[in-house]
Amino acid sequence: MIISIASGKGGTGKTLVATSLALSLRDDYKVQLLDCDVEEPNDHVFLRPEITGTEAVATPVPRVDEEKCTYCGECARVCAFNAIAVVGNNVLTFPQLCHGCGACAYLCPEKAISEEDRETGVAEWGHSNGLAFAHGKLTVGEAMAPPVIRKVKEHANNEGIVIVDVPPGTSCPVVEALRGSDFCILVTEPTPFGLNDLTLAVETVRELDIPCGVVLNRTGVGDSGVEEYCRQKRIPVLLTIPLDTEIARLYSRGITMVDGMPQWKSRFFRLYDKVSDIVDERSRGPER
Amino acid sequence: MKEVVVLSGKGGTGKTTIVGSLAALAERKVLADCDVDAADLHLLLSPLEKEKNEFWCGQVAHIDADKCNECAVCQELCRFGAINNFRVDAVSCEGCGFCSRICPAEAITMRDNMAGYWFISDTSYGPLVHARLGIAQENSGKLVAEVRRRARQIAEEQGLDYIISDGPPGIGCPVISSLSGAALALLVTEPSLAGLHDLGRVLGLCHHFGIPAMVCINKYDLNEENTREIECECAGQGVAVVGRVPFDNVVTESIVQGVPLVEYSDGSITREIQRMWHTLSMV
Repeated sequence: MIISIASGKGGTGKTLVATSLALSLRDDYKVQLLDCDVEEPNDHVFLRPEITGTEAVATPVPRVDEEKCTYCGECARVCAFNAIAVVGNNVLTFPQLCHGCGACAYLCPEKAISEEDRETGVAEWGHSNGLAFAHGKLTVGEAMAPPVIRKVKEHANNEGIVIVDVPPGTSCPVVEALRGSDFCILVTEPTPFGLNDLTLAVETVRELDIPCGVVLNRTGVGDSGVEEYCRQKRIPVLLTIPLDTEIARLYSRGITMVDGMPQWKSRFFRLYDKVSDIVDERSRGPER
Repeated sequence: MKEVVVLSGKGGTGKTTIVGSLAALAERKVLADCDVDAADLHLLLSPLEKEKNEFWCGQVAHIDADKCNECAVCQELCRFGAINNFRVDAVSCEGCGFCSRICPAEAITMRDNMAGYWFISDTSYGPLVHARLGIAQENSGKLVAEVRRRARQIAEEQGLDYIISDGPPGIGCPVISSLSGAALALLVTEPSLAGLHDLGRVLGLCHHFGIPAMVCINKYDLNEENTREIECECAGQGVAVVGRVPFDNVVTESIVQGVPLVEYSDGSITREIQRMWHTLSMV
């Protein structure tokens, strides 16, 4: 089963929930944690995994053989991303704009374009105290996270429980990370910001037809907007975590919540049971 | 005219709270919300929408089932796995148009894609340019570029001194789009190991693009040891720490009330942000 941990808004507690959920389940299940927030991966700060393998992430970009090139300009016409331009007797490529679709190489009438790999990041995998782990790192200065996310997800175990830490937002990196999930836990906070961004996140998971539930973090301050919204939209609130400076202090030191406050382990375990029930029911039930 | 973009790497460190306060403190400015995925700045500024514009960007492939002879060339050549069973998955399609060019039956056309909206609004703090990217859309970087272009245009037309932008989290496409060519990046961080790690990457990004950066440590008193480490790290890189903002529940209260923090509270937290803006405006 693949459970993703997402939120529209950043900093609501995705990493806290992903790491503590994984650690709470690891004694009873085969569990793997995939950190797909490849722009700012943080799970490793808490789990300090032993990395046993790495693989570079590469995007194929065009290389022009100027001996064969006739400067006809077809490559520039077919490129939807302005990543290749022909100016007089010069072909300019802009590798950072290239999406690696391969159209220019395939359609060049002179077969003057080949492709070469350009490294945009790295995927790493290993383990941490019995927990399987993988994450990706987008190279600083690179724009496109989805290929790095795809590479991390190639390392997903086919059996057991896979927990995916999703980047914030609602655009392509989020979709790439969420795709294929059986359930999505949306972590939010009880404020107008939390509500606004939760609404966007719910629209995203519904677009992808993934069932979802909410973890409400830092309760006790803020307002009741998120709870009212969840009631109205029939989204289950699976767990609430109070605003507590002790939790924030543990987090600041890179200590997971269940390591610092072991009494929470059973609550994260119950969170998993609730998710598992919803997924089972959905796979049995006639209505989706 | 000077463009200040507020970034953080890590999400939820307080970018929007700081931008909302700068909106109230700075004079003669236009505000830009460059977090087009999950824009929140409007929730603090009570904007009155003046203009709503469609944002058309990119294309999506469409297969005409009547013309398709199911040869599967498109499926084999699409690198994004966007064509399955002779249907296009619009979410996976990157709009490269390769399939439409190689389909022997000429059954594939590219259709323009409406990727979201951008708005110009009036607020009592000045004009605000903001946007909403469509759900699960690509092209967030291009929408950010559009927001910045409009903000710049307004600043030029009205002869304003500042563009203050609320940036997205992360270091990827929309962040690069928010940052390039700005006069100054204010990086809001928090004294956690995760915050420190992410600050390092966003600082690296600023260096990579040659944008001067300054740092604000939010909730600095949650872990003063980490705060000192951030200060050492910044000193080592020649980056000024211009603000140390304490943790205070009044921040959440001001968000619930929907007003900028400095208008809601007159406590020490407000004085610290005022002092920070004073420093920034001297740069």
